Amino acid sequence: MKQSNLALQDYTEIPEVQISPKDGKLAFVHISVAFFAFLLGILGGLLQGLARGGMIQLPSWLGYYQILTAHGVLLALVFTTYIIFGFFFAGMSKTHGAFSDGLRKLAWISFFITTIGTVMAATMILANEASVLYTFYAPLQAHFIYYIGLTLFIVGTWVAGATIMAHYFKWRKLNPGQPSPLFGFMATATIILWIVAGLGVAATVLGQMLPWALGYTDEINVLLSRTLFWYFGHPLVYFWIMPAYMVWYLVIPKVIGGRLFSGSLARLAFVLFLLFSIPVGFHHQLMEAGITEFWKYVQTILTFVVVVPSLLTAFSIFATFEQTGREKGGKGLFSWLKKLPWGDVRFFAPFMGMLIFIPAGAGGLINASFQLNAVIHNTLWVVGHFHLTVGTTVVLTFFGMAFWLIPLVTGRKLTKFMNRSGIVTTWLWTIGMFFMSGAMHILGLFGAPRRTAYTTYQDHPQALSWFEGIFASHVTVALGGVILTAAGLLMFYNFVYLAWFAPKGETEFPITPDPDDTPHTPAILENWKLWIGIAVVLILFAYTIPIYDMIVNAPPGSPTFNNLIR
Amino acid sequence: MHLHKYEKIWLIFGIGSLVLFLAVLGVAAFAFGQQPPSHMAKVDAQNLEESVFSEPGLDQINEDTYRARIVAMAFGYDPGTIEVPVGSTVIFEVTSSDVVHSFTIPGTNVNMMITPGHVNMAEYTFDEPGEYLVLCNEYCGTGHHYMQMKIEVTP
Ligand code: HEM
Ligand SMILES: [Cu+2]
Ligand SMILES: [Cu+2]
Repeated sequence: MKQSNLALQDYTEIPEVQISPKDGKLAFVHISVAFFAFLLGILGGLLQGLARGGMIQLPSWLGYYQILTAHGVLLALVFTTYIIFGFFFAGMSKTHGAFSDGLRKLAWISFFITTIGTVMAATMILANEASVLYTFYAPLQAHFIYYIGLTLFIVGTWVAGATIMAHYFKWRKLNPGQPSPLFGFMATATIILWIVAGLGVAATVLGQMLPWALGYTDEINVLLSRTLFWYFGHPLVYFWIMPAYMVWYLVIPKVIGGRLFSGSLARLAFVLFLLFSIPVGFHHQLMEAGITEFWKYVQTILTFVVVVPSLLTAFSIFATFEQTGREKGGKGLFSWLKKLPWGDVRFFAPFMGMLIFIPAGAGGLINASFQLNAVIHNTLWVVGHFHLTVGTTVVLTFFGMAFWLIPLVTGRKLTKFMNRSGIVTTWLWTIGMFFMSGAMHILGLFGAPRRTAYTTYQDHPQALSWFEGIFASHVTVALGGVILTAAGLLMFYNFVYLAWFAPKGETEFPITPDPDDTPHTPAILENWKLWIGIAVVLILFAYTIPIYDMIVNAPPGSPTFNNLIR
Repeated sequence: MHLHKYEKIWLIFGIGSLVLFLAVLGVAAFAFGQQPPSHMAKVDAQNLEESVFSEPGLDQINEDTYRARIVAMAFGYDPGTIEVPVGSTVIFEVTSSDVVHSFTIPGTNVNMMITPGHVNMAEYTFDEPGEYLVLCNEYCGTGHHYMQMKIEVTP
């Protein structure tokens, strides 16, 4: 599809507006915490792979489940959240102007709240008082400080989110009647999602777990707490993926020298993600007693609606690629592909992430397929699945982003050498993931459980076969883990180099110019009150009756079990 | 908002397959009864002695159908072994006396969560003789990886 209105010259000449150094510092501190958490987290992953493969034995003072808790918290919560807010602060400053001093102060306050929470939770994990994994299902009970730490973490991110939204709405007030910049629109959708979802986990932690862990209540409603957790747990994944999509929609078009071709479709996709990623948590509870088949099926249908914005996204991205490739002289059915900047890590790393999202998404359809879920629920298949989605698609996208965002905020330059190092990192990560995640998927189909330390189940032949496959073996998982760790260490080195050692200079914040349809953005897309209202209605529809039933017809609650985790 | 022609085709095709797919799932679930385990019965997990789980084990219901009442606990199942002749259908009714566990027979479709206070149910026909492994795939504490039981299916 040819778009004749592409005019490269229009904007490549405009001098780059750099972001305010004060905002850059804010972003940099967030990104740094993210990469230190990443380093610790992947070392945990390495130990898990080797230990499960029976290749090493963990020392007596270090538990498998303790490491697994740390790995989940550090990578799935800390790394992702900090790098996302680093990106948001930098991007908002670039697209909406520098933060006011007041708002920036609020952002720093949020950073300290979140970080104190992180340190509290991490200390309890280290002390082996919180080996309950990052999902902390009751009635296993962790030290109450772990719960307080997680609460502060969430509350801190809400304050950060409020800062960004305040900045966005200020822009809207100053520019009445104009469609808001895409970056702010998308960041706001992501943050609304995060706040609405966080209410669920806050409710179970503050309303159920803390009073119970502190001894103010004797019993906990286990099913209710799991349901509140998963009300939060699924949108959590969208909280990771939407910022990655922002890189795809807004950054990649500029990196490849084109522009996004429709802003309205991008906005529509984000609105749909906001609406349909919350009322769907039951797809994580399909195998559970106490929720009727009917409500499980209702939420399964809502789950599959996210296919629509995903298709919109895939279309937009590939249309942008094709349009740009053709503008640059690519002809025929596929030769425009050659015109894409394959040697540029800012493009290549996210592109590999996109590619891997195709099989990963197909796997996701299986997970959510009601009956099929029984085959893979809580097996290593699931672990394989999310190492592809968040562990590769999102992570490689953020890797690609780090190569311009870090030098941008530290006043340095992305060198040729760093670019090459980034390409090597991307390949290593992809290859390592092919082995680790590939083997995990197949082992899962054979029934190998997730979250389980080294065991042969008293040498049961079936369990032994999980060590003996040529590809489908815990040994392949460990091998993939070693390659991944090498890639991760290289990425940490890239981070250190870009942060403190790269030559000084100016780096561009690649961001697509407004798409041509921007002036025609339908006003309804900007009507946040409407979208929040619909989101609330959908949530009430999907959850009111089952939750009412869980409370009214609850069995006697559970006391605390904290002896089982030490 | 303008939709490109190819985009319309793409979306119609995508949404069409989605509707078809959901219809297949729905028909399988509600017309053919292929439902995920969603039993609604409740018990007092702290007082299982006073419930139908006071004597866990196998009951024969008719010629080739059995009911197995099983209690999952950290870190094992009660009973630790059951034995049925090949060709038997076993209805598993499982609950937990402490934390959340699972009742999973790898290589079969039996894989369900066992939450305290609730009873979950699954049914399976053992057409092959052998020693079946049952394991717990929901983390339940430091000994989680030891949690297992056996089903002996005799020829
Ligand atoms: C060097 C790279 C990595 C290695 C070797 C690795 C390895 C592993 C292994 C072996 C497990 C599962 C163990 C089990 O279920 O018994 C695991 C779990 C997990 N990994 Fe990774 N991983 C890596 C990177 C990542 C990244 C980058 C993320 C996310 C951003 C991530 C997120 C998770 C999560 C959320 C779990 C589940 C924790 C739980 O079950 O509570 N991992 N990882
Ligand atoms: Cu989900
Ligand atoms: Cu268990």
